[in-house]
Amino acid sequence: MSYLEVHTVSKAFGGIQALNACSLGIERGRITGLIGPNGSGKTTLFNVITGYERPDDGQVWFNGAAITNSAPDAVFGLGIGRTFQMSRIFSRLTVLENMHVPVPRRGGLGILRSWTSAREQRQALELLDFVGLIPLKDVPAENLSYGQKKLLEFACVLVAEPQVILLDEPAGGVNPTMINYLAGHIRQLNRRGITFLVVEHNMEFVMGLCDTVFVMHRGTTIAGGTPAEVRNNPAVLEAYLGD
Amino acid sequence: MTTQSPQSPAIPTDRLALIKPIALVVLLAVALAVPSAAPVLFPGTAIMAIAVFTVLYAACASAWNIFSGYTGYIALGHAVFFGSGAYALAIMCKGWHVHSDYGPLLLLPLCGVIAAIIAIPVGIISLRTRGHTFVVITIATFFIFQLLAYNLRFITQGSAGLELPIPSWSGAAFDPPFYYTGLLILLLAVGASWWVRRSKYGLGLLAIKDDEDRARGLGVRTGPSKLLAFTLSAFFVGMLGGLWAYYIESVFPNSGFDALFDVAIALMVFLGGLGTLAGPILGALILIPAQQYVASDRTLTSWYLILYGALFLVVILLLPEGILPTVRKRLIQWRGRRPATGAAPGATPGAFPGGPPRSGPPGRVAPVSSDGGER
Repeated sequence: MSYLEVHTVSKAFGGIQALNACSLGIERGRITGLIGPNGSGKTTLFNVITGYERPDDGQVWFNGAAITNSAPDAVFGLGIGRTFQMSRIFSRLTVLENMHVPVPRRGGLGILRSWTSAREQRQALELLDFVGLIPLKDVPAENLSYGQKKLLEFACVLVAEPQVILLDEPAGGVNPTMINYLAGHIRQLNRRGITFLVVEHNMEFVMGLCDTVFVMHRGTTIAGGTPAEVRNNPAVLEAYLGD
Repeated sequence: MTTQSPQSPAIPTDRLALIKPIALVVLLAVALAVPSAAPVLFPGTAIMAIAVFTVLYAACASAWNIFSGYTGYIALGHAVFFGSGAYALAIMCKGWHVHSDYGPLLLLPLCGVIAAIIAIPVGIISLRTRGHTFVVITIATFFIFQLLAYNLRFITQGSAGLELPIPSWSGAAFDPPFYYTGLLILLLAVGASWWVRRSKYGLGLLAIKDDEDRARGLGVRTGPSKLLAFTLSAFFVGMLGGLWAYYIESVFPNSGFDALFDVAIALMVFLGGLGTLAGPILGALILIPAQQYVASDRTLTSWYLILYGALFLVVILLLPEGILPTVRKRLIQWRGRRPATGAAPGATPGAFPGGPPRSGPPGRVAPVSSDGGER
């Protein structure tokens, strides 16, 4: 069994079958890409894995344990962090306050203490430095630019030191310089042992970054393999071009 | 880690940092001196009664703010806990034959606990909803409790109401015990509010206000967090309900469970500044004396309702964020416009007074070396 395993998951919204017996496995320490046409179920799959949606059928396994119907806070506590397609940050809090919202996995009653403890403050500032947002640390997060919001959301997820990070279109609407900058960060974190699952439409970004790529179409995975294998798979071309 | 060290974490090295504790001590001294000074300054008036109601409602507003101000869930059913505290004290005094003057005051924590116990199921049910639905559900729970107070005659004696023991304090000695008890509860409520605001727990509440689902996805246990804040605020409001009932010596279904209670509390907090520490107190300091003054004039009775309406309009039209946040914003703008002087180093480098900083790509703001973020 893979590190993060999705097994025949189905999810319907009204008459629309968003996920249809979808299965895929993510190996530990890899960067896995997830591509597919719009509406193929990528974000729904993210929502099912992270507990935002309950699947109608099928299971999700992480590290050998079933997490199928776990709540989002429980899934995060197990070490799976995610970002959203439209980056979601706490707009009225400052950048630095945003960094203190995530609850560490070994939280316990620590949440009753002040969040400005020296250790947490140092960690938050290190991560803000990592994404280059230190100069903006006291600014309300709503005043950040689109790209800066994405970086803040990303840094926020890193606070709790997750083992797996799911990124939903990290490069969408971001300028090319920033995309390279982001890819560099993902690689760097991956070298430290963090596993990634990345949904992205930017093929160059996905093919250059990922070890393995899965292709989704109509709610299920139709192909999987190295970027080169996937690129030459006739079913993939069919999904993107024909219909 | 080779990066810059955090010299002054989040606390601006400001002159305000020095002014604040001094201002607090002065305010506390003034508050403590009110019962001895006010009757001398305003002889022959009901000034002490106004003072008692002011601290009482300031404490209610502070407690309400712990839940509604921080989480953004606007509760309009806190009269449930106020009335429950009031009835709890009346019933306990009757059942246990409490006659001593200070006895009922010592029972106030128990009134708070009873209100908090009631808040748990009410919270579990109403907090399943959000936004406008939550507001409506809280109003509905208020009406349920008022109806219960009318109809559970064997406990509440229905519309006949309940009487509380009358203390032996008389004349000028009557109000101060109530005033100081109210002040103590106010200090406790503000202390709790301050602690919540600076704890990681409180930051989670503020995150819920901005984006509850995202907060959940970052490990914040939103359900228990909201319920704890709801219960904590109900605890204080319950104690204050008991104090109020003892002060006015009786409780009726429509006075204990008063539909205007939550309107008044919400107005005070919105006026002073929702989610701020001092805003609820400021709001009560403005609203309650004004309301008491208008209501005490026999020709103007119940004109205070028009006062409420007018103030609501003023807040919505002119001060949508409340007095304190607006003043703070103006102050920052004013400082930003001031030419750089010797005080300039006091300004934090991260503060952008003029407008939102949308400067350059983040990659350029602080170049990160390949090992920059090593942990």
